[in-house]
Amino acid sequence: MTTTTERTSTTAWRRFRDGRWCDEIDVRGFIQANYSPYEGDAGFLSGPTPRTTALWHRLTEMFTEERARGIHDVDASTPSSITAHAPGHLDDEIIVGLQTDAPLKRAIMPAGGLRMVETSLATYGHELDPRVREIFTKYRKTHNDGVFDAYTAEILRARKAGIITGLPDAYGRGRIIGDYRRVPLYGVDRLVAAKKAERAALDDLVSTEDVIRDREELAEQIRALGELRRMAASYGHDISGPASTGREAVQWLYFAYLAAVKEQNGAAMSLGRTSTFLDVYLQRDLDEGLLTEREAQELVDDLVIKLRIVRFLRTPEYDQLFSGDPTWVTESIGGMGDDGRTLVTRTSFRFLQTLYNLGPAPEPNLTVLWSPRLPPGFKRFCAKASVDTSSIQYENDDLIRPRFSDDTAIACCVSAMEVGRQMQLFGARVNLAKALLYAINGGRDEMTGLQVGPAVAPITSEYLDPHEVRAAFDRMTDWLAKTYVEALNIIHYMHDKYAYERIEMALHDHPVQRLLGCGIAGLSVVADSLSAIEHARVRVIRDETGLAIDYVVEGDFPKYGNNDDRADAIAVELVESFMAKVRRYPAHRGAVHSQSVLTITSNVVYGKHTGNTPDGRRAGEPFAPGANPMNGRDRHGLVAAALSVAKLPYDQARDGISLTASITPAGLGRTEDEQVTNLVGVLDAYTDAGGFHLNANVLNRDTLLDAMAHPENHPQLTIRVSGYAVNFIRLTPEQQRDVVNRTFHESL
Amino acid sequence: MTGTGSVHSWDVATAVDGPGTRFVLFLAGCPLRCRYCHNPDTWHERDGRRTTVDEVAAEMAKYRRFIEVAGGGVTISGGEPLLQPDFTAAVLHRAKQLGLHTALDTSGFLGARATDELLADTDLVLLDIKSWDPSTYRHVTGGEVGPTLEFARRLSALRKPMWIRFVLVPGETDAPDNVDGIASFVSTLNAVERVEVVPFHKLGAPKYAALGIPFPLADTPVPDAALLRRVRGQFVDRGVPVS
Repeated sequence: MTTTTERTSTTAWRRFRDGRWCDEIDVRGFIQANYSPYEGDAGFLSGPTPRTTALWHRLTEMFTEERARGIHDVDASTPSSITAHAPGHLDDEIIVGLQTDAPLKRAIMPAGGLRMVETSLATYGHELDPRVREIFTKYRKTHNDGVFDAYTAEILRARKAGIITGLPDAYGRGRIIGDYRRVPLYGVDRLVAAKKAERAALDDLVSTEDVIRDREELAEQIRALGELRRMAASYGHDISGPASTGREAVQWLYFAYLAAVKEQNGAAMSLGRTSTFLDVYLQRDLDEGLLTEREAQELVDDLVIKLRIVRFLRTPEYDQLFSGDPTWVTESIGGMGDDGRTLVTRTSFRFLQTLYNLGPAPEPNLTVLWSPRLPPGFKRFCAKASVDTSSIQYENDDLIRPRFSDDTAIACCVSAMEVGRQMQLFGARVNLAKALLYAINGGRDEMTGLQVGPAVAPITSEYLDPHEVRAAFDRMTDWLAKTYVEALNIIHYMHDKYAYERIEMALHDHPVQRLLGCGIAGLSVVADSLSAIEHARVRVIRDETGLAIDYVVEGDFPKYGNNDDRADAIAVELVESFMAKVRRYPAHRGAVHSQSVLTITSNVVYGKHTGNTPDGRRAGEPFAPGANPMNGRDRHGLVAAALSVAKLPYDQARDGISLTASITPAGLGRTEDEQVTNLVGVLDAYTDAGGFHLNANVLNRDTLLDAMAHPENHPQLTIRVSGYAVNFIRLTPEQQRDVVNRTFHESL
Repeated sequence: MTGTGSVHSWDVATAVDGPGTRFVLFLAGCPLRCRYCHNPDTWHERDGRRTTVDEVAAEMAKYRRFIEVAGGGVTISGGEPLLQPDFTAAVLHRAKQLGLHTALDTSGFLGARATDELLADTDLVLLDIKSWDPSTYRHVTGGEVGPTLEFARRLSALRKPMWIRFVLVPGETDAPDNVDGIASFVSTLNAVERVEVVPFHKLGAPKYAALGIPFPLADTPVPDAALLRRVRGQFVDRGVPVS
């Protein structure tokens, strides 16, 4: 310990203002004591170096091959771990480290589920090493096996019918953000010591099941930290102590993240909130004359290149739900501090600048925490980057900060969590539109006629009565919430047991606060359906077995998405009531219940598996993404739609409420200056109105049509879908059509 | 009479009808029949919905805060809002009472119907000068250009801020002399903040099809970049701020 302390105070922590962060693990405290808010504009930024450009160019050529083959390469015989693969390199790189021994070569992670690995490999013409199969069938059980041992018959039916879907029972749950900043700030040895102290504190407790599990997990975390140190050593870096330069800080931080993506194929493997942390180091080097702006930008560019080539092996079924090979390397940028200073630094700008230096890209998932109080220069640069690249999403810092903290990051798309203190038990989502149809049909599935939900009396009247439908829907969602939380509890029990995120959890405090991330899909379909039943007349068409299979709407009705309280209030009530139902059932390890209104790209699949609905939507037609109004039903422009969405109460959907909007450039203004001014104004006003999230695409439909016809001409065309961004040309044709068919606001 | 008007629709839009994010009220009914009109569904007052000033004011009020924060205001468009001058005046007055910036989007053909009180409640006039040459104006719109020019001079005398709009239609309004006539006229006006040269487009074609009316310019090409450059240049040459 003595040597570490000496080293840190003399070299690694030189010129830092000390505080409590020196004595305990407290990254936020370090940032607050040492960061330099930046209130200026983008004028200081540097373009790419020729080295950066050449390196990125070589990779983009590999992306073309990767797209053609589905995957570039895979190691089908080495179950991945922090140390499983030999070091891999890119020519002329600055920041080192790859998931496997070669770029874009994917790894297998059978602990999550063997079938998923085998199916994925088969899809791309590879075969699993028989020894691996033997180990994971004969000697080692997987998460997937565990879950199916414990699922109830009811859960299996609900899952198969698609009323509860996308569950992380065959893939990694993700949505856990290790506090990767801890590694550069403290070095691995200090983190191990802190974990040992947490472990030792449990010695005095009675050895109940919970305590035993905590002790075992902490022991695993300590082991994982040791593996992280060894992995870094294999690349020639000793990270046992803290980083002492900007370059080391970026490298150490990346090693920590790399260990996580070597160990886990989580649905979302988010980075956290790193730019302002790194800025402290880069600024110190700049002040000391050790670094130029060009070199600082080059480091950020190189880190981002590494984040752009994170890859996981996934099945076609998974790609249908979450299209475009997303990894959700979400980085949260900007925001305000509790003390009123902005958390924007020059490195916040440098991260956004990568969209110019390397061109637009879906990853890392650049997420700006927006507040009207952000410095004007930063706001304008964000808006300009949105206009130019459509690669940024915005989330309401003024909603997040008071409820979490000013050191909160977004995991995946819209899930806020305090870095290093909270983690999520990801729960995908339920299909509320199907639940409405089940309510009408007494629990029978409208597509198959099978009894999935509880067998209650179906509604038999010719015209739907609002009170009767509401009551039936209320009972059906009681059942749905219960079945859903039970499924999630089983999944997370098994995930903890068989696919525990050792390194990510090693970079959290103990005990961690868990959030149960439930979710709903089909909100606008149900809101409009209930509005139609209430304000118009809805006649039911039934088949010979009495199953309601279609609806005829007679008359007009208010529709969600027009800032009309008659319809919007129904959507609000749906959010509140499902949240209340979910809260009734205890969650795994005392997790705090939450829910999102988010679909990612699964709105297409949900729609496909859902029959005709009483709002006039046809069977198979996609749902609106996230909390969006149904396509074409928002008649008064984006602002009216956005204000409808902003009415949904964040406190009843703290896992996030997603709005995706596509605007044509001309619809924002005639000149770029005007477009930037107007987008800033709209973001300020939407945030002020309590809107939580906005995916802003600034695009012409023609561009998308051309990209469908000539993908080769649009290799980097990026578009924001619900909660993340994708390479447009990597979407399935079905999803491309869905994006193209969505409302394009010719004006906001 | 002042209590109700015939309203086609409303929306909240950015950057199209005046600065910033605006509540745009489209009134039904127009005395002109522009060959390039992209809103043939707003021609007839009888097709609109009878709406009270209170209803419009209540709808505007829902967006007041948003517009205040985002920057913007209220625009009355059409159709031709001055076909219903009392209603237009009442709505503009209510918008001012809400503290919002106001814009009037008009061809100026019925400019004489705009009272001084109406103009006092108008912060900005978006004035379409569809052509300079009287016979071209008649051919393109079915009306006379004189009233529009007279209205422009009146606004100029009042130093009322104006955005002049000119729709550039190849083969219809693009003759160099015609453009130069407008540019030269505009250069004599006070308080013209900008001239918008709006390229002809055919986004309204489906509306014609839906209404069963032939679209007169179905075969007219949209202006190419060179033509746009030339026409914008003609305004610039007269010292007029153009976008």
